[in-house]
Amino acid sequence: MTTTSTQADGSANSAAGIQERDRVTVRFAGDSGDGMQLAGNRFADATAVFGNDFSTLPDFPAEIRAPAGSLAGVSSFQISFSKHLIYTPGDEPDTLVAMNPAALSSHLSALAQGGLLVVNEDAFTSGNLKKANYPSNPLSDGSLDGYRIIKAPITTAAIAAVDDLGLTTQNAERTKNFFALGLVYWLYDRNLEPTLDWIEERFGRLPNIAEANRRALYAGHAYGETTELADAHVRVPPAVLKPGEYRTITGNQALVLGLITAAHLADLELFYGSYPITPASDVLVELAALREYGVRTFQAEDEISAIGTAIGAAYGGGLGVTGTSGPGIALKSEALNLAVMTELPLIVLDVQRSGPSTGMPTKTEQTDLLQVMFGRNGESPLCVLAAKSPGDCFYMVLEAVRLAHKFATPVVLLSDTYLANTAEPWPVPDLDQLDLIEVPYRRTELTDVEEFQPYARDPETLARMFIPPGQAGLQHRIGGLEKADITGDVAYTPENHQRMTDLRGEKIQRIANFIPELEVDGPESGELLVLSWGSTYGAVFTAVNEARDAGYELAHAHLQYLNPFPRNLGDVVSRYRKVLIPEANTGQLRMLVRAQFLVDAQGYNEVTGQPLSARLLTERIVQYANE
Amino acid sequence: MVLQTPPLQTVESMIPIAEQDLSRKDYASDIDTRWCPGCGDYSILAQMQRGLADLNVAPEKMVFVSGIGCSSRFPYYMNTYGMHSIHGRAPTIASGLKLAREDLMVFVITGDGDALSIGGNHLLHVLRRNVDVKIFLFNNRIYGLTKGQYSPTSELGKVTKSSPVGTTERPLNPLAVALASEATFVARSYDTDPQHLQATIHRAAKHHGAAFVEILQNCNIFNDRAFADYTDRDVRDERLLYLEHGEPMLFGESKNKGLAVSATGLRVVEADGPDAGLILTHDATRPSPDVHQLLARCSYPEMPVPMGVIRQVTAPTYGDYLDGQIEVQKFRNRADVAGLLRGRSTWQVE
Ligand SMILES: Cc1ncc(C[n+]2csc(CCOP(=O)(O)OP(=O)(O)O)c2C)c(N)n1
Ligand code: SF4
Ligand SMILES: [Mg+2]
Repeated sequence: MTTTSTQADGSANSAAGIQERDRVTVRFAGDSGDGMQLAGNRFADATAVFGNDFSTLPDFPAEIRAPAGSLAGVSSFQISFSKHLIYTPGDEPDTLVAMNPAALSSHLSALAQGGLLVVNEDAFTSGNLKKANYPSNPLSDGSLDGYRIIKAPITTAAIAAVDDLGLTTQNAERTKNFFALGLVYWLYDRNLEPTLDWIEERFGRLPNIAEANRRALYAGHAYGETTELADAHVRVPPAVLKPGEYRTITGNQALVLGLITAAHLADLELFYGSYPITPASDVLVELAALREYGVRTFQAEDEISAIGTAIGAAYGGGLGVTGTSGPGIALKSEALNLAVMTELPLIVLDVQRSGPSTGMPTKTEQTDLLQVMFGRNGESPLCVLAAKSPGDCFYMVLEAVRLAHKFATPVVLLSDTYLANTAEPWPVPDLDQLDLIEVPYRRTELTDVEEFQPYARDPETLARMFIPPGQAGLQHRIGGLEKADITGDVAYTPENHQRMTDLRGEKIQRIANFIPELEVDGPESGELLVLSWGSTYGAVFTAVNEARDAGYELAHAHLQYLNPFPRNLGDVVSRYRKVLIPEANTGQLRMLVRAQFLVDAQGYNEVTGQPLSARLLTERIVQYANE
Repeated sequence: MVLQTPPLQTVESMIPIAEQDLSRKDYASDIDTRWCPGCGDYSILAQMQRGLADLNVAPEKMVFVSGIGCSSRFPYYMNTYGMHSIHGRAPTIASGLKLAREDLMVFVITGDGDALSIGGNHLLHVLRRNVDVKIFLFNNRIYGLTKGQYSPTSELGKVTKSSPVGTTERPLNPLAVALASEATFVARSYDTDPQHLQATIHRAAKHHGAAFVEILQNCNIFNDRAFADYTDRDVRDERLLYLEHGEPMLFGESKNKGLAVSATGLRVVEADGPDAGLILTHDATRPSPDVHQLLARCSYPEMPVPMGVIRQVTAPTYGDYLDGQIEVQKFRNRADVAGLLRGRSTWQVE
């Protein structure tokens, strides 16, 4: 093994040979079968316990098992951890762990110059090199000279560590991710305890496997300690987080917890109808495991059925929810329109992914905004919300449920692949601090059933008087045909259709009176406003602050409410000479903002399947500020 | 071969009963019907109202969910709750409603296009899952509402507006589809036999689980007399086979003919002939759908057309399974939710 330092990294070496850094980003990359997601998640756990702020970015192929060693089969997991609060999983890693040539070839370009490379030299066989299209071995041909490199015999060392346990070669070899993890734990001064606990919990029933994983972990750690890796030994001090109880959470987990909490706060039965689709499937899977909370999950025959059942549950007075990704939204649009026409409280989760068509199922994008705004026949307004971070998915579900019931409307909540899979530390909410969710049909007291009119409206919200079946004397029919104002009878008159179109539109607009105004971070008015929405919050926040550090004065505002917009948005965008809207699409929010407020907003748009790069966005902000 | 008849062992569905005695008019809404004069849908509506009155169903506990089509306008005319939804999707909405509200009685009204064309997928699955909803498919072998295009039950070669020189598609047999979908209740009736239709509605209503009823319905505008060859009053006795569980499969004006098993399926034998002993006794509860499939496939003119309950077996419903998995002591406990929010492990930041 060799450690070559070809570039001074400028950080001070402490006496103990351990350097201190503010923030480090590590990427684990290997074959799908190498257990990189597991290693990454364990690292995240250990990091949480250590007390850094962190953010993770898993990235895996759509294929479940691409051929071993192939480029298509590379799976990666990035984690950024810091002594400060951080908002992205980092643009480029400082350290890349490459378990085979394909992983190296796919991820090397992301590694910062002078970055640390940890490679499993055992995997650099001629066969694997060929599969990764390497004409010669990069470990010996000098092509990696710009990096600091740790060549470790990860496979053989792991096998040696578990030698006397009598495992099959395959099982012995499988422990190599724990060896790699142990090594990285040493590099970043992580405690092994949380991972040892996890191994016990997970593999306790298979004592041999548990022992093998433990030994590989220790062996990797010892390898770091005993080999001269001193210049790579780094410590990132704990962050100062707000005091309280924390857990790690991904966006999909937060959606699940949000739904169960909302059902509790509203005292409604949760019904979740869904058809499996990446990256939304986990919501179905995790909810299905929570039957003891009264959760009814329904794996439908397709997305149309999934939303149909959710509409049925909502009509029955339950908390009707369906969840999917972009292709599923396309299938649901006709039924979604039925919910618009019947004015039922329905929740639709759209965990967006890269399109068009099947696109890149495991990659992220913000490309469904216009689809959920306009992808239906007729004038079909509904409420659209978007979460800004994994933990925010929880709070936006509560908002979605609150608004759906208050306004008797379908609400679409946008998340995406990035939020779905990214983990971050999350302060556990205090249930007592969360507002109960009001369900209007419950407090409707009709002294005289003759008074009941299904399309009579609340004067303030314009929500129709929704009553689920079951109440004697209130029998009535609803459906997709145009409804007469107030009575809800079928009606075809021109005046009525105009009126109902206006009412449906106005009802959604009035939601703006019941949501917070848009907050601006930075100057109240001036030169440049950066306006963002959804999962790009972290990257945009980071880029804005970097531009500020570089001396630019600018404002940032982030939208969680897309339809309607917060009522002060028009005013906000008019107070700056320039408006920049970064999005992971070709300009969907920009189109809406330009159309609605006649501002000449400019875009920063990346459609790569990856989260926005804070570094490239900073460059764009600076460039636009200088224009 | 004579098949043994096990005792009929159905668990009855919970029917919400009204407090007062209700009559047909209590189930009629005040909305004017909009079907063409002479349409078979009128009779079905009348029998449904009478049938529910006989059962004294509480109207506020009943929901009719329909798709789109002439037939699907049905819910408007019932003084119950109802949703006239979108084309083909009624089984999905009905499923969600029933699973969220076990206390409601949920009926689906659909057409041959609605159920077997655009909604074919949902029909298979609602039946397979045995969701406790009752599905009434008004089969007029045509698209009525869109003014006369052929449907998935139109016969091969049929001339319609969209097949001016005859269709080039073979039709589906709704009963065969239902049986293949593992339906636990499969029946057929027709618009012009009020008593039989009411009785069939009763039986479907009482079935615990998904019920599928094909109702032959005349569309006198676009497919008049589609079933007249065997349902007309003067020929029915000869050409229809009224099935009754536990009764021999006899038909003919003087019950002089019966059905027996042949090497290739079913065949007609004389009731007083040498093969009389081979005449089958109808066993709707037979677990295997083999004979039921053979019955479903009997068609005019080769065979008598079966009417009545072809199959009725007991099986847990989707809701039974689901409720079984949800603990009776449902979470209503803040501590439980608080615990869930904390997850597997938390850490404290001081
Ligand atoms: C998505 C969609 N596609 C097409 C239609 C048009 N459409 C309405 S009813 C119908 C056919 C109805 O036929 P059937 O189900 O047999 O009902 P019937 O009118 O004969 O009772 C069609 C094609 C529609 N309403 N929605
Ligand atoms: S078109 Fe046919 S099915 Fe439709 S209402 Fe008229 S007669 Fe009845
Ligand atoms: Mg029809």
